[in-house]
Amino acid sequence: MMLRNWLPALRPRIFTAVHAVSVLALLCSGLAGCDGNAWYPGSLDSAGPVSSGERVILLDSLAIMLAIAVPTIVCILAVAWWYRAANRRSLYDPKWTYSGRLELLVWSIPALVILFLGGTAWISSHDLDPAKPLNADRKALEVQVVALDWKWLFIYPDQHIASINRLLTPAGTPVHFQLTSASVMNVFFVPQLGSEIYAMNGMVTELNLQADRPGTFLGFAAQINGDGFSDMRFDTRAVSPREFSEWVAAVQTDGPTLDEAAYRLLLKQSARVAPYTYRAVAPKLFEAIASRQLPSGEGPHLAPTKGSQVTQASGPVGFLGDE
Amino acid sequence: MLGKLTWQAIPFDQPIPLYSAAVVGMMLLAVLLWVVVKGYVPYLWREWITSVDHKRIGIMYCVLALVMLLRGFIDALMMRSQQAFAFHAAGYLPPEHYNQIFSAHGTIMIFFVAMPFMVGLMNFVVPLQLGVRDVAFPTLNSVGFWLTAAGALLVNVSLVVGEFSRAGWLPYPPLSGIQYSPGVGVDYYLWALEISGAGTLVGGINLVTTILKTRAPGMRYMRMPVFCWTSLASNLLMVAAFPVLTATLAMLLLDRYLDFHFFTNEAGGNPMMFVNLIWVWGHPEVYILALPAFGVFSEVVSTFSGKPLFGYRSMVAATMTICVLSFMVWLHHFFTMGAGANVNGFFGIMSMIIAVPTGVKIFNWLFTMYRGRVRFSAAMHWAIGFMVTFVIGGMTGVLLAMPPADFVMHNSLFLVAHFHNVVIGAVLFGAFAGYNYWFPKAFGFALDERLGKAAFWCWFVGFYVAFVPLYVTGLLGMTRRLQHYDQPQWHPWILVAGVGALIILCGIALQAAQLVVSIRSRQRRTDRTGDPWDGRTLEWATPSPPPLFNFAVLPNVKGEEPYWGVKRKAITAMQLSPEPSYEPIEVPRNSSTGIVTAFLAFVLGFALIWHIWWMAALALVGAYATFVVFAWRDVAESVLPAEEVARIDRANRSSRALALTEMHA
Amino acid sequence: MSTSDIAIPLPSSVLDLRSVPPSEATGHGEGGPAPKRIVVGYGFWIFLLSDIIMFSAFFASFAVLASATAGGPGAAQLFDLRNVQIETVCLLLSSVCCGVATLAVEQRYARLTQLALLATGVLGAAFLTLEVREFASLIAQGAGPSRSAFLSSFFALVGCHGAHITAGLLWLGTMMAQFYAKGFRADICRRYFCFSLFWHALDIIWVAIFTIVYLIGVRS
Repeated sequence: MMLRNWLPALRPRIFTAVHAVSVLALLCSGLAGCDGNAWYPGSLDSAGPVSSGERVILLDSLAIMLAIAVPTIVCILAVAWWYRAANRRSLYDPKWTYSGRLELLVWSIPALVILFLGGTAWISSHDLDPAKPLNADRKALEVQVVALDWKWLFIYPDQHIASINRLLTPAGTPVHFQLTSASVMNVFFVPQLGSEIYAMNGMVTELNLQADRPGTFLGFAAQINGDGFSDMRFDTRAVSPREFSEWVAAVQTDGPTLDEAAYRLLLKQSARVAPYTYRAVAPKLFEAIASRQLPSGEGPHLAPTKGSQVTQASGPVGFLGDE
Repeated sequence: MLGKLTWQAIPFDQPIPLYSAAVVGMMLLAVLLWVVVKGYVPYLWREWITSVDHKRIGIMYCVLALVMLLRGFIDALMMRSQQAFAFHAAGYLPPEHYNQIFSAHGTIMIFFVAMPFMVGLMNFVVPLQLGVRDVAFPTLNSVGFWLTAAGALLVNVSLVVGEFSRAGWLPYPPLSGIQYSPGVGVDYYLWALEISGAGTLVGGINLVTTILKTRAPGMRYMRMPVFCWTSLASNLLMVAAFPVLTATLAMLLLDRYLDFHFFTNEAGGNPMMFVNLIWVWGHPEVYILALPAFGVFSEVVSTFSGKPLFGYRSMVAATMTICVLSFMVWLHHFFTMGAGANVNGFFGIMSMIIAVPTGVKIFNWLFTMYRGRVRFSAAMHWAIGFMVTFVIGGMTGVLLAMPPADFVMHNSLFLVAHFHNVVIGAVLFGAFAGYNYWFPKAFGFALDERLGKAAFWCWFVGFYVAFVPLYVTGLLGMTRRLQHYDQPQWHPWILVAGVGALIILCGIALQAAQLVVSIRSRQRRTDRTGDPWDGRTLEWATPSPPPLFNFAVLPNVKGEEPYWGVKRKAITAMQLSPEPSYEPIEVPRNSSTGIVTAFLAFVLGFALIWHIWWMAALALVGAYATFVVFAWRDVAESVLPAEEVARIDRANRSSRALALTEMHA
Repeated sequence: MSTSDIAIPLPSSVLDLRSVPPSEATGHGEGGPAPKRIVVGYGFWIFLLSDIIMFSAFFASFAVLASATAGGPGAAQLFDLRNVQIETVCLLLSSVCCGVATLAVEQRYARLTQLALLATGVLGAAFLTLEVREFASLIAQGAGPSRSAFLSSFFALVGCHGAHITAGLLWLGTMMAQFYAKGFRADICRRYFCFSLFWHALDIIWVAIFTIVYLIGVRS
C-alpha cells in the first residue's frame, strides 16, 4: 500500500532526475571529445594558446557553477517530493516564512561565488584580451583581414601578397590580425585557434592568435551578413615555417595583382569563391579600405527581391548612384 | 498610385509562403463566416472588441500570444527541419527564405508571444490582486492592446505581400540599411515594432500608475502580492527601455527612408552605435519578460505549497535589484566587438552580479515548498519544471558572462541554447503556469489537469531533447543561423534537436486538446465559489469570472495575504460575515477608440512600407480625427445601480455559504 | 484532489467594509485609489519621463556623432546663434503664456484662458516657423541630413523636438476648441493640466538642446 501511494508521486521526480542527469551526461560527452582530432572543429579541441586558455576558463567556470547548480536541482526535487501533500510524515509548518540565518546564507553564498568568478573574469579578460600580443620573443606575422560579401580577403603586408578564402600561417608563430569589413558587420572565427572578433566597416579591430601545431582548421563568419552567410568559410592551415616561406615564394611568382581595380571587382557580391592568391598588393590598401577611402561593398540592388521595385525613383535620394 | 506595391509582391512563384498564406487565409475566412452567420458579431463587438475591461483585454492579449505561438513555432519547425536536411545539401529553404524565417521566428516569439502573454496576465491579475476595479486608464489599455495586435498583423501580412526582414530579430546595420536590404522586409519589421512598441509603452504607463496610485485601502507596498511587485518592476522597465527602442528604430528608419547617415558606411555613420543602443533596450527587455514570470511562480508555488511565500522582503528586494541592474549589463551581448579588457571585465562582472538576486529567488521558492504541503497540480508542474530548467539556463548565462568564454561562444548555438533555456524555462513555462492557474478565474471552469500535465511532460522532455544538442554543437563550433553546413560532427546532434522540436509539437497539440476537452466538458468542472485552488490573494475573493466591477465593495486590507487570513477566520466561525451595504458603481464605457486607432496605425504602417504617401497622410489625419472624437465624448462612464451590484454579489455569497456548509457536513 | 474538496468560500464583501475616506489617506497609498486628478497627472508624468528617455537616446547619438562631419561643415560654420536666441525667447514666452492660461483655467476666466492659449500657440508657431526656415536654409546650402552623420543626428534630435511641438500645437488647438465648446469641465481641465506639463517639458528639452547642440557645438 505504501509503495502504491508514493510511487505515482515519485515517478515524475524520477523522470526529472533522469533528465537532469542526462543533460549533464550529454554536456560532458560533448566536452569529452577533445582528443586532438585535427578536423574536429570545436573550440574545445584547442590548437593554440588562446583557445587552450579559453577552454580552461570555460571548464573551470562550468565546474564551479555545477557545484552550485547540481545540489540546488537535487534539493528542489527532493524537497518537492518529501513535502508532497500525500506524505503525512513531513512537517507542515505554514508559519515558517522567514529565517534570518537562511537569508544570510542564501545571499552570501552566491555572492561569494560571483565574487570569485568576477575576479576570474577581470583577470582573464586582461590575459585573453584579443589585442594582447602573444609571445614577446617571436616576431608576429602580420595579417590584414577584409571581410567582403561573401568571402574573406587576407593581406600579408610584409610579404606583399594576398589570399582569398585561405589563411596560411606558420605553426608556432604568433599572428597579429587587423580586421575590417568592406560591407556589413562580420565576425571572424577559427574555433580551434580561439577568440572571435568583429570586423566592421570604417573600423579596425585587433586579434592575436597562434597555432601550436600544423593542421587544417575550420574558419568561418559568425554573424549573419546576408544570403551568402553559410558559404562564407575559409581554409585555415598552419604549416611548418619552411613550408610557409615556400608558399609565399610560390605565390609571389604567379597570379593577379591586387590593386584598386582588382579590389573593386571584389566588391560585387559573390559566394562560394574557390581560394586563390594575389602575387602583389598595392601598398597601404588595407588602410585605404579601413579609412573608407575606397567604396564599400555593393549591395544586392541589382537583384530585385520579392515584391520590391527598387528603382532610382523609389529609393531614397542618392543611395543607388553614389559611389 | 500604390507606391512600390505591385502584383509582384505576392509570392506566386514561391510555393511555401503561397500555400501557407492560402491555408491561413481560408481558415480565417471560415472563422469569420462562422462568426457572422451565427450572429456573434454584435456580441464580439460589444463584449470584447470595444471592451475596456482589464480582464477582457488581458484575455485578448493571451489569445493573441497563443495564436502567434503557433506561427512562431511553425517557423521553428521549419528551421530545425532545414538544418536536419541541409548537411552536405541545400535543404528545401533557400537562404533568402531561411533568413526571413529565423528573423520572423525571433521577432514573433519575443514581441508577439512572450510580451503579450506576460502583459495579458498582468492586465488580468494585477487589479484583482490590488483589490481595485480596473487599471488607471481603461481606454488607453484597449488602445495598447489593439496597437500590439496591429503590429502582429503587419508581420503576418509580410508573408503574403512582400517579404520579411532577413537581418535577424535585431537587425544590425549596415546589413539592415537600405544599401544591403533594399527590399521592404526590414521596413515591415521596423513599422510593426514601432506600432506595437507604442502599445507596450502605453500599457507600461498604465500599470505603473495603477500599482503606485490605485490600490485598495490599507494595501501598503509591503502588503502587495509579489506578482504585483514583479509587475511593477517589469512595467517600470518598459517605461524606461522602450523609448530607447523607439528612438533607435526611428534612426534606422530615417537612414532607410530619408538618406540619413546614423548607421551607414558612408558620411560618418556608426553601426556600432546601433548595437549599443539596441542592447541598452534589449537587455532590460528580457527582464521585462522574466520578472512577471517570476511573479507567477511566486503565486503558484506559495498557493500549491499551502504556505506563504518565504522571505517576502528578500523577494521584493531581489526584484527591484534586478530591475535596476538590468540597465548595467548590455555589453555582454557583444564582448567580441573589441571594447577592450577593462570594459569587457566590468560588464562581465555586472552580468554575474545580476545572477545573485535571481539565485536568491530560486532558493526562496525552494524554502516556500519546505515544510509545506505540495500539491502537484498542472501549474505546479510548470513551476517545478521551471526551477530545474532555469538553474541550468542561468548557469550557462554566467558562463557566457565570462568574457574569454564568450569569445568562443558568441553567436554559437551554445548561446542560442542558453537564451532558449531561460526564455522557454522562465517566460513560457511561467505563461503556461499562469494560464493553468488563472484560467478558472477568467472563465469560470478549470482546465483538464491530466492533459495539462501530459502537455507539460512533452514540453519539458522536448525542450531538453531539442536544446541540449544545441549546447553540444555550440561547443563543437557551430554558429547560429546556418542555412547549410558540412561538418559531420554536427549532424547527429541537429537530428536529435529536430526530434525534440517534434516532441514539443506533441506538447502543443496536447495543450490544444486540453482546451477543447475542457470547453466541451465545462459543465463538469465549474468553479462555483471562485476559489478553486485554496488561494491566498485577493483575486480568489471574487466569483469566477469576476463581475465587471471586480469587487462589490473595495476591500480594506489589514495585512499580508488579506484573503487568506479572513478566510481562515470564516471557516473557524463557520459563517460569512454580514452582508455589506451596496452602493452604485461607476464603470467606464466601452470605446471603439482602440480598434480604430489600431486600424489606422496598420494602414499607416502598410502605406509607409510601400511608399503610398497619400494613404499614409490620410491615416495620420484619421488618427488625429480619432483623437478629437475620443476627446469630445461627454459621457465616459455609466453607473451600475446598487440593486444590480447586490444581485451579483448575493449570488456569490450564497454559493460560498453553500460550500462552507458542505465543508462542515 | 478535485476542486470542490479544497474550494473555500469568502466573498469580497466579507472583508472589512470600512473604507477610508480620501482625506485620511496617509500618502503611502494606504487610503485607497487616489482621486482622478492625481492619477491622470501621475500617469502623464510617467509618460513625460519616458519621452525624456527617448530624447536622451537622440542626445546620445548626437554626442557620439558630433565629430562625424565627413569633411563637411560643422556646428561652428552652420549655426546662427541669433536665430536660436529668438527661437528660445519665443518658446520661453509661450511657456509663460501657458502658465498664465493655467492660472486662468483655475480661476475659470474663459476669455483670459482663450487669449493666453492663443498667445501660447502663436509663439509656438513662431518658434516652429523659425526652425523650419533654419532647416530649409541648411538644406539649401548642401548641409542637409544626408551630408554627414553629424547633420543626421542634428536634424533628428532637433526635428524630433519640432515634431513634438507640432503635435503640441495640434493638441493646443483641440483644447481651445474644447474649452470653447464645453467650458471648464473636470475632465477637460485634467487634460489641460497634462498639456501644460507637456508644453513646459518641451521647453526644458529645448534648453538642453540649445545648450548642448548649439552653444557647446559652436564653441568646440
